[in-house]
Amino acid sequence: MLNYNRVPGLVETREGKGETTLVVDAPRLREAARYLRDELGFNFLSDIAATDYLGWGGKGVSGYIGSAGGRDLNKPSTQGLQRLPRPKPRRFSVSYHLLMLRAGAGTRVRLQVWVDDAEPVPSVVAVWPTADWHEREAWDLFGIRFDGHPNPQRILMDDDWEGHPLRKDYPIGGEPVRFSGEE
Amino acid sequence: MAIAPQRPRIYEGTRIPSPIPSVLELPQELRTSDDVLTVNFGPNHPSTHGVLRLVVDLHGEEVVGLAAVIGYLHTGFEKNMEQKSWWKAITYPERIDYVSFQYNELVFVLAIEQLLEVPERATWMRMLLCELTRIHSHLVWLGTAGLELGAISMFWYCFRERDRILDLFELVTGVRMHTRYFQAGGLAEDIPPGFFDECAKFVEVMPKAIDEYEALVDRSQIWLERTQGLGLLSADDAIALGQSGPVLRASGVDWDLRREQPYLVYDRVDFRVPVRQEGDVYARYRVRMEEMRESVRIIDQALRRMPGGPWIADDRKVVLPPREELHTSMESLIHHFKIVTEGYRVPEGEVYVTVESPRGELGCYVVSDGGPKPWRVKFRAPSFVALEATATCMRNALVADLIAIVGSLDTVMGEVDR
Repeated sequence: MLNYNRVPGLVETREGKGETTLVVDAPRLREAARYLRDELGFNFLSDIAATDYLGWGGKGVSGYIGSAGGRDLNKPSTQGLQRLPRPKPRRFSVSYHLLMLRAGAGTRVRLQVWVDDAEPVPSVVAVWPTADWHEREAWDLFGIRFDGHPNPQRILMDDDWEGHPLRKDYPIGGEPVRFSGEE
Repeated sequence: MAIAPQRPRIYEGTRIPSPIPSVLELPQELRTSDDVLTVNFGPNHPSTHGVLRLVVDLHGEEVVGLAAVIGYLHTGFEKNMEQKSWWKAITYPERIDYVSFQYNELVFVLAIEQLLEVPERATWMRMLLCELTRIHSHLVWLGTAGLELGAISMFWYCFRERDRILDLFELVTGVRMHTRYFQAGGLAEDIPPGFFDECAKFVEVMPKAIDEYEALVDRSQIWLERTQGLGLLSADDAIALGQSGPVLRASGVDWDLRREQPYLVYDRVDFRVPVRQEGDVYARYRVRMEEMRESVRIIDQALRRMPGGPWIADDRKVVLPPREELHTSMESLIHHFKIVTEGYRVPEGEVYVTVESPRGELGCYVVSDGGPKPWRVKFRAPSFVALEATATCMRNALVADLIAIVGSLDTVMGEVDR
């Protein structure tokens, strides 16, 4: 078992479903990344996944008849939750999925930081060059700013696109349809 | 950061451009030169495997600057999946990588299944179909990459065998592509009886077909000269750039998730992981050819050892009840109705599942709030990462080699842009 206690800025270690999650303080992310790469040997960055938790648990409890949460018969919603999920510390999480790519090793760990809207995350391009496009994607689709990224441009959407489509408050079907006869 | 003691010496030091790892910038002495021509290669070009735009700076025939521009095929799969119930969302991943569709389906289903027991027959069948898909994907690559380098007949021969694989998919699932055959909990239907005979015929034919491909290109001087020593990528650079699959193994890194972190039943079949040391276009081609042979061996073993029994889990809260029960059982009708209208619930939590797709490490990050729809789905697309390496591979390349090099990374633009 690896010892993660000395990871710089470590806030919390979570275990679940066979995966280890290390939550670190956002401003000290680059330090933690360097430590994980150089001291512990996580040389391969597999993926960076951002998530927007706006409205997390906001659907409320409806559940099946007889469930602990009960059911409001006046609002027969089937989209509700059986129990409320645990609250999240901030709006956005950014998860770095690391892999120790070496014969006989193959340990995976999830490095996670939490930020609010407009709070920057330190870029890890200098630690793992592959982070370049992953961070640009997170900026493009979620509007998370990465401090120190060498090329902070949009990547999937057009350069003049407004808004960040994977945010939970981004409207669905909000793109006006042209040539619909209204013009 | 050494991964193997005897690392191949492809080149000294690192060739990853700095500070932007994915952009090859014009050298200082050429910035004021009138001889540099900037060319937009794509987005609509037959050999970019979709809609990829490479902004290339040419000095004569030499590539001196390069930036890849993507996003032309962005369709918002991940956003769409957040609006669908879990089991309806299974239809989407296949469209992401339309050449190795079953892997994307598999990785999403595996992520849901962190809570389910899957019958053995389903697991073996999934492995068999995935290996068929791997051959299918490599054949499409070999056919189109050959076509781009002038070996036009390769295309026809590869698509001949590819068609046999699609026939097999049609036999099992009713659909030739985007099969949606994997359900959370197992398979959508049992394996039809005629499949085993047809698949055994394919196992017999395929190694001979691979011999034919090799006879066509492997001793062709044109093919060798257009692939050997081009698009170099060293082991350390490949790892730093997050490369995986055949690209990584062609750079001398002995790494395959099927062996290192076995999923399905890969730990119970015998296969070899081909590794090459050269790190060039030719090595990537050789690795894919060897992988096809190994896939045929895995299919053969799966055919012989396919267990009987149920093909889907017996959990009516997640799995649709059998069609015939709907006419006789009230409970089955209720379960059917609930699953179709509301969908099943997946426990709260987050998982990251990876499989070895034909293009490398395919990951799926799923967050659930305990409701019937995914909160967040993120795919780690190996093609997306492979394109980041274009700037490194293209050092000192000529414009004529550009197509061979980009082709050797085997990118599918649907997966890059999602």
